[in-house]
Amino acid sequence: MSAPTLELRDLSVAYRVRGIDRQVLRGVSLAIQPGEAYGLVGESGCGKSTAAYAAMRYLPRNGAITGGSILFEGRDISAVPEAEIRELRRAAISMVYQNPIAALNPTIRVGEQVAESFALLGNGRSESRRLAVEALRRVQIADPSKVMDRYPHQLSGGMAQRVVIAMALASSPRLLVLDEPTTGLDATVEAEVLDLLRSLIAESNTSILFISHNLGVIRAMCNRVGVLYAGALVEEGATATIIQRPSHPYTVGLMRCIPRGGLDKYDSHLDTIPGTPPPLGTPLPGCVFVNRCAIARESCATAPTPVTDLGNGHTTRCPYHAEAASMPRVVASEPVTASDEHRAERGRDLVTVAHLSKTFAQGDGDVRVLSDVTLSLRHGETLGLVGESGSGKTTLAKTLLGIHPPDDGSILAIDGKALGSTIDDRTAHEVASIQIVFQNPDSALNRRHSVTRIVARAVQKLAGATPQASEERAQSLLDSMSVDPVLHSARPGQLSGGLKQRVAIARAFAGSPRVVVCDEPTSALDVSVQANILNLLADLQARENVSYIFISHDLGVVRYLSDRIAVMYLGRIMEIGPAQDVFDGPHHPYTEALVSSIPDVDGETRVRVRLGGEVPSPAAPPTGCVLHPRCPRRIGSGVEDLCTSTEPPLREIGPGHAIRCHLDVGQLGSASRAATA
Amino acid sequence: MSAERDLRAVARAERDRIRSERLRQLRRNPAFVVGAVILGIWVVCALIGEFVVPHEPALVDILSTNKGPSSEHWFGTDVVGRDVFSRVIVGARPVLVMAFLATVIGTVLGTVIGLVAGYFKGWADVIIMRILDAISALPVLVIALLALAAVGGSSQPVTILIIGFVFTPIIARTVRAAVLPEAELDYVAAARLRTERAPHILAVEILPNVLPPIIVEFTVRLGYAVFAIATLGFLGVGVQLGSPNWGSQVAENYGRIFADNWWSTTFPAGAIATLAIAINLVADGIVESFEQ
Repeated sequence: MSAPTLELRDLSVAYRVRGIDRQVLRGVSLAIQPGEAYGLVGESGCGKSTAAYAAMRYLPRNGAITGGSILFEGRDISAVPEAEIRELRRAAISMVYQNPIAALNPTIRVGEQVAESFALLGNGRSESRRLAVEALRRVQIADPSKVMDRYPHQLSGGMAQRVVIAMALASSPRLLVLDEPTTGLDATVEAEVLDLLRSLIAESNTSILFISHNLGVIRAMCNRVGVLYAGALVEEGATATIIQRPSHPYTVGLMRCIPRGGLDKYDSHLDTIPGTPPPLGTPLPGCVFVNRCAIARESCATAPTPVTDLGNGHTTRCPYHAEAASMPRVVASEPVTASDEHRAERGRDLVTVAHLSKTFAQGDGDVRVLSDVTLSLRHGETLGLVGESGSGKTTLAKTLLGIHPPDDGSILAIDGKALGSTIDDRTAHEVASIQIVFQNPDSALNRRHSVTRIVARAVQKLAGATPQASEERAQSLLDSMSVDPVLHSARPGQLSGGLKQRVAIARAFAGSPRVVVCDEPTSALDVSVQANILNLLADLQARENVSYIFISHDLGVVRYLSDRIAVMYLGRIMEIGPAQDVFDGPHHPYTEALVSSIPDVDGETRVRVRLGGEVPSPAAPPTGCVLHPRCPRRIGSGVEDLCTSTEPPLREIGPGHAIRCHLDVGQLGSASRAATA
Repeated sequence: MSAERDLRAVARAERDRIRSERLRQLRRNPAFVVGAVILGIWVVCALIGEFVVPHEPALVDILSTNKGPSSEHWFGTDVVGRDVFSRVIVGARPVLVMAFLATVIGTVLGTVIGLVAGYFKGWADVIIMRILDAISALPVLVIALLALAAVGGSSQPVTILIIGFVFTPIIARTVRAAVLPEAELDYVAAARLRTERAPHILAVEILPNVLPPIIVEFTVRLGYAVFAIATLGFLGVGVQLGSPNWGSQVAENYGRIFADNWWSTTFPAGAIATLAIAINLVADGIVESFEQ
């Protein structure tokens, strides 16, 4: 057997911060064979990116290899001169970064940048351009010569990532490092980029080091996977094995955190991993996971944990791996239940939205971001809002909150009483009754104010309490969000992401709201923290009988928390119904494409339903059904002309389940049908 | 109750730690240290100079005019026999006080206008910014001279107001640029969602987050103000005539600089230069410490 393309042997990397070396990688050993795709998973700060950069010998100035070696095709490159490394990067190793727009130079045309990667390989000017067009065609860009003339900001995220991939593949590298290449992309675009990568890899003998926090993506892309925690590789093996039979308590915990397989809040709380990862550079003489492990022994803290081979290339660093799969849960699995009194209220409408439109004036034209949205939100329920970016989810939420006014003729009401169009037209009580938890807690919390002050001020204004009483109420709210009293006087900058989000939730609940909009509240968080937040939201809902509008691109998360789901596309509701019906189908062709594009952690093979082309601009929506140019089921449906000429109405196809489509129910796809077929 | 006090103490300690971190960084910056020391000396001169000078600064001694530096008169005497050293020391006060007040006025006005323009945007922003553009098109010295000519030449309050007025658009623009992205952040929407009024949002929510650029701009402007006041003094306006003012001192003596009296011009000129440079060094240090 030939030498592995990349091999890390007991690699240690440290960053020097304020004169102290902090260990970031602790003796990582792994090998990637030619043509193999190797995934590296782990939560933020575990050293994934450092491992990737170390593989290219591309560490920040304060980073240094403190032990072990990096072998590229059998040759130790951990100490070779910089010039040789540059030569390797030019000809044999390529990298694709997370943010494709930032990876391209905004002032240079795309074509020139792609051609440059060929010119670097010694091709002439015109030859480089010809090869660049070829390369763009290879990454399935429809009109390469036109794209060559564009600037990076004129490309969509998915298109830009294709361009970056084309540049990375220019040298036919033997090793391709991909650092979260699809993280910023919409689900349907992500699925296309992953398809593309898969087919490109199949054609060549390129080895892949694929870094992601998303186990679904890893499952779809990689043969083998390594799990990093606190800079140590705690488990490694075939992807399916790791996901189905994890043998390290950390991996087991990680798998339990993820809402999957159609799990919802009425089945069970999500399990979590207790505690937080050790701070960067903490000395850990024993097992790196000991502080958070449910089955740790006393010896785990001090004795080094050797690698245990479980056969078939599956290795774990836990000596008690036999107990890992059955380790006790941290959170009891009991379902989330509401009181009888609250349950009696369920089913009644709380918020009514009818014929809601929102038009933004933009330059010389108007952009209609929401078009005739009609829906209701019931007492104590969660309405999930899904759809790609630009579908109008956030605009719908912000209009409901009164952050910007809807167009004339729109109807908004809570408890049967009409709501003013903006915050200024609403009473303090009405404003308090609809609140929001924002996506990014760094932006949502004033970094100059203390935690108590942020929450107390909200109590004071929304509940009309005295400053003294507000402060007390704020303390008890924060306590009920499990924010340690020691942190109440801290600034947001001193808190972790999960804690910041708890503070933001406490603020939203300050005035006893009836409706809380959750705008991607967990998308910036690691899965174990996400599980905690989802449990908290579900428990708060059961206790306070509050209704949620839950926006998320993660369909597993939406399904876990939602009673009903509305699918949006170009400012319109394409489908709305009970969560189970929307997911199982028969569903709208757009929903079908959305559901089928999610890479499944459990590796369930689904028929991929593709949407052609890109999302049209809401400034010039297509005629008829807005989905028709991209619809996978229009051709052959027999109503092609109707689809292009007339916008379909929202039509009921089951109890409380409506779709905006001309096709007969029998012609629609359904996840349950596809699975059995 | 004592537990709560403990928590407060922890929080205060944390805040102090961040603040002392920045101070330590400043202390390690040699340019900042040099600037701060020079500025400190001039501030001390302004505070207590009049009590410690060896000679009465305004005392005319026609028996000892144009005397070179000696142990009696360290910086020599000027054309009418006044002690240059004493006059330079005492001259620090009017420059520093006027420059400081003018910069404070400009900063406060500019901050208020910048906050309003950046937060409300739309028509308010367009109108405010066009007016500011018009003001900043006028050269400071020309407006100052016109205004002072109108009120009679030597009014210190008018000088302070004019300089503050001319600084306002520059500071307003800096503040507006900092407010624009800040106002898009979700904590501002969150404040609106608890029915806060615009003045509260501007003063309590946004202002603390845009302080760093304001502090930087303040120090930079302070340096310019020193220059502007010295220049006006040299032109014989905007300061009390006959007062120990660096600009006036240069004006009164520069005719003899190549004849028999270089000291009466050089020392006050040097005072202006060292103060201006010191403030700029301090400003640079502060800019750097905020950038990191």
